Amino acid sequence: MKKTKTFRSSARRGYLFSNALVYLILTVLGVLWVLPIVYLLYTAFRVQPSTGIINQLIPDNLKLGVGNFGKLFAQTNFLLWLKNTLLVSVSSCALTTAFILMVSYALSRLRFYFRKPLMRILLVLGMFPGFMSMIAVYFILKAMGLTNSLVALILVYSGSAALSYYICKGFFDTVPKAMEEAAILDGANQPTVFLRIILPMAKPIIVYTVLTSFISPWCDFIFVNTIISESEKYTVSMGLYKMINAERNGFNDNFTVFCAGATVVGSIIVTLFMSLQRYYVEGITSGAVKG
Amino acid sequence: MGKGKGKNAIGTLAAAMKDGSNATRLSFFVMGGGHFLRRQYAKGLAYFAVQLLFVLYLALFGGRYLLQFFSGDLGTKLAGEVWNEELQVFEKIRGDNSFLILLYGVMTFVFAAVYVCLWYFNIKSSAHNDQVIAEGGRVSTIKEDFAELLNEKFHIPLLLPPLVGLLVFTALPLLFMVLIAFTNYDYAHMPPGKLFDWVGFRNFISLFSLSGGSSAFAMVFLRVLLWTFVWAFLATFSNYFIGLIISLMINKKGIRGKVFFRTLFVLSIAVPQFVTLLLMQKILDGDGILNKILGTNILWLADQRNFSLLPRAMILLVNIWIGVPYTILMSTGILMNIPADYFEAATIDGASPVKAFFHITLPYMLQITTPYLITQFVTNINNFNVIWLLTGGGPVDNLYYGGGTQAQSTDLLVTWLYRLTTDKNPRYNVAAVIGIVIFAICSTLSLLAYSRSSSAKNEEEFQ
Repeated sequence: MKKTKTFRSSARRGYLFSNALVYLILTVLGVLWVLPIVYLLYTAFRVQPSTGIINQLIPDNLKLGVGNFGKLFAQTNFLLWLKNTLLVSVSSCALTTAFILMVSYALSRLRFYFRKPLMRILLVLGMFPGFMSMIAVYFILKAMGLTNSLVALILVYSGSAALSYYICKGFFDTVPKAMEEAAILDGANQPTVFLRIILPMAKPIIVYTVLTSFISPWCDFIFVNTIISESEKYTVSMGLYKMINAERNGFNDNFTVFCAGATVVGSIIVTLFMSLQRYYVEGITSGAVKG
Repeated sequence: MGKGKGKNAIGTLAAAMKDGSNATRLSFFVMGGGHFLRRQYAKGLAYFAVQLLFVLYLALFGGRYLLQFFSGDLGTKLAGEVWNEELQVFEKIRGDNSFLILLYGVMTFVFAAVYVCLWYFNIKSSAHNDQVIAEGGRVSTIKEDFAELLNEKFHIPLLLPPLVGLLVFTALPLLFMVLIAFTNYDYAHMPPGKLFDWVGFRNFISLFSLSGGSSAFAMVFLRVLLWTFVWAFLATFSNYFIGLIISLMINKKGIRGKVFFRTLFVLSIAVPQFVTLLLMQKILDGDGILNKILGTNILWLADQRNFSLLPRAMILLVNIWIGVPYTILMSTGILMNIPADYFEAATIDGASPVKAFFHITLPYMLQITTPYLITQFVTNINNFNVIWLLTGGGPVDNLYYGGGTQAQSTDLLVTWLYRLTTDKNPRYNVAAVIGIVIFAICSTLSLLAYSRSSSAKNEEEFQ
C-alpha cells in the first residue's frame, strides 16, 4: 500500500517535471521562431534610424510609426506591383484550379484508353527542374509576342498545372462511386456529375488548390526576372527583390521600406491562411493519408 | 479501345485502306473528305481546316526550319554583309540562327506529331462510319457527336485544355533543352554572331568520364552530386524529425496553449520565403547582425575551411527554421488520429514514453507519410531558393571553380545549372546535361515511390 503511494507521487513528480521541461523547450524554440518576424515587423514600423540595419539586440529607439508604409506607397511602384500581382494570381489561380480539377477528375473517375500511361507521363514530366527550360519558354513567349506582359506570367504559372494532379486525384479516388451511379440512373450526364455531385464534395481539396496556386505568384521572382523587364510590370516579390538587390546601396537605403512591403504581403497571406487553415491541413493530409 | 479489338494503329490504317469504302480512302489524302461525302459537314470541315492550316504553316514558316533541322547541322550561313557585284553595294543577308532553327524545328516537329494524330483519328472515324453503315445504321449527327463528348468521351474536353498548356509550356521547352545537351551551345557559340552544332555525346562524356582531359569537370560534378544528396537527406530528415518532436510536445497531455504554440511556429509560413531568406542572409553576413551582437568576426556563410563546413551547417539550420512549420502543420492531424488504445496498452505494459515513440508513433507516422517524405526529398534536391539566396552557391573554392566549371562549394545541381545559364559566360549545353541528370534522379525516385504507394495500387479501394 505504502509502496504504491510513493510510486504514484514520484510518477506525478516526473509528470510535472517533464511538462515543465516541455514548456521550457517550447518557449525557447517559439522565441527563436518568432524573433526574425518580430525583427521584420519592428523594422517595418520603426521611425529612427529611418534606413539601414540595427545591430543591437534591444534597439535604443523603440518609437513606432507608419512612415515606412507611407514611403512604400508614395515613392515606389508598390501599389502598381500589388495590382499586377493580384491580377496575375487571381487569373492564374482560377486557371490552375480549373485545370487541376479537370485533369484529376478525368484520371480518377473516367476510364479511357491510355489513362495509366498518361498518369505516368505526367508524373515524370513534373520531375524536370522548372527553370531548366526557362530560356526556351522565354523564346516561345517572344515568338507569341508576349514578353513583358502579365498574360505571359499567367500562362507560365498555370501552363503546367496538369502536372500537380496527384493530391487532388487521391481525393477524388475516395469519393464513393454509388453517388454518381445513382445520378446517372436519374439521367444526369457527366458534366452534371462533375459539377453538381463531385465538386461540392471536394471543397477541402479545392480550397487547398486555390490557396497554393494563389500564393505562388506572390513568392516567385525567378520567372518574373526572365520574362518581365519593365519595372511597371513587376509583381510585388520581384519589385521588393530588386529594391534591395539591384540598386547600389539598395539594401541599406531601402531596408525599412522593404520590410514594410514584406509586412503587407505577409499580412495578406496570413489573412488567407487564418481563414482557410482548416482546409489547408485537410488538403495536405488527404493526399498522404493513404500512403 | 473496345471496337479496335487489340488492333494497333498501323493495323487499323491498313484495314481502312484495304477494306474501307472510297470515302474512307479519300480521307487518307483529304482530311474530312470521308465525312463530307457522308454529309457530316461540320466534322469534315473541321478536319479539312486542320489540314489546310498545317500545310499553310509548313509552306510559310515551319517547313524551312524542319528541313534545316534534319539537314544534319544547325545552320551554315552567318549573318553579315555580302558584296553584290551587279548592284555594286554591300547587301545585308539574314544569316542562320542555330537557336531558332532548333526551337522552331522542335515546334514544327511537335505540330507535325499532333497533325498525324488528328489525321489518324480522321481515318478511324471514317472507317467507323463504314462499319455503322455496313451494319445498317446511320452515321451520327453533329448533335449526337456533341452529346458523346459530354458522356462517353467526357475525358476529351476535360483533358484537352490542360494538356495543350502542358505541351506548349512544358513538353516543348523540355524537348528543346534535352536536344541542347547534344550541341555545343555555350558562350563561344552564341547565335546570331556564331552558330552552334551537334556534338553527339561529347557533353555527357566530359561530365561523367573521370579519365582523359576533362576529368576536372567530372570530379566537380561528383562533388556537387554528393553534396546534393547529403543536403537532400539531411534537410528532409532534420525537418521531419524536429517538426515531429515539436508537434508531439505541443500535443503532449497536460500542455496548455496548444493553439498558441502551434500558431507561434506556423506564423513563419506567412512571410514569403525570399524575404526571410534575405533577412537571414543579412543576419548571418560577415558584418551582419549576429556578428555585431556576439562581438565576433565569423564568416557564417562564407568560411571555406573544412570543405565549407560552416556555411553548409548554417544553410541546414536556416532550412530547419523554414521547413519545420510545414511538418508541424502536416503532422498535427495525423498524430491526433493515432488510436489512443495503442498508448494505453503500452503504458499498461510499462513502456516508457521514449519507447512508445519509437514503437508506436514513429512507425505509424512513417507508414502514412512515406509519399510525403519522398516528395520532400525530391523538392530538396531542387531546393533552389534556400541555397541561392543564402550563399548564392558560394563560397568560391578552387576545388570546384577551376577549369571553367563555374561550380561553387555549396552549389546543388540546380543552382549550378542556373549559374551556367545566367552567367556572363553561359554554358547551356552543360546545364542541359545537368538538367537531364536531375531529371533521371528525381523521376526514378518518384516512380519508385508512386508505384509502391498503395494509392496507386488500390485506386478504387474506397469507391
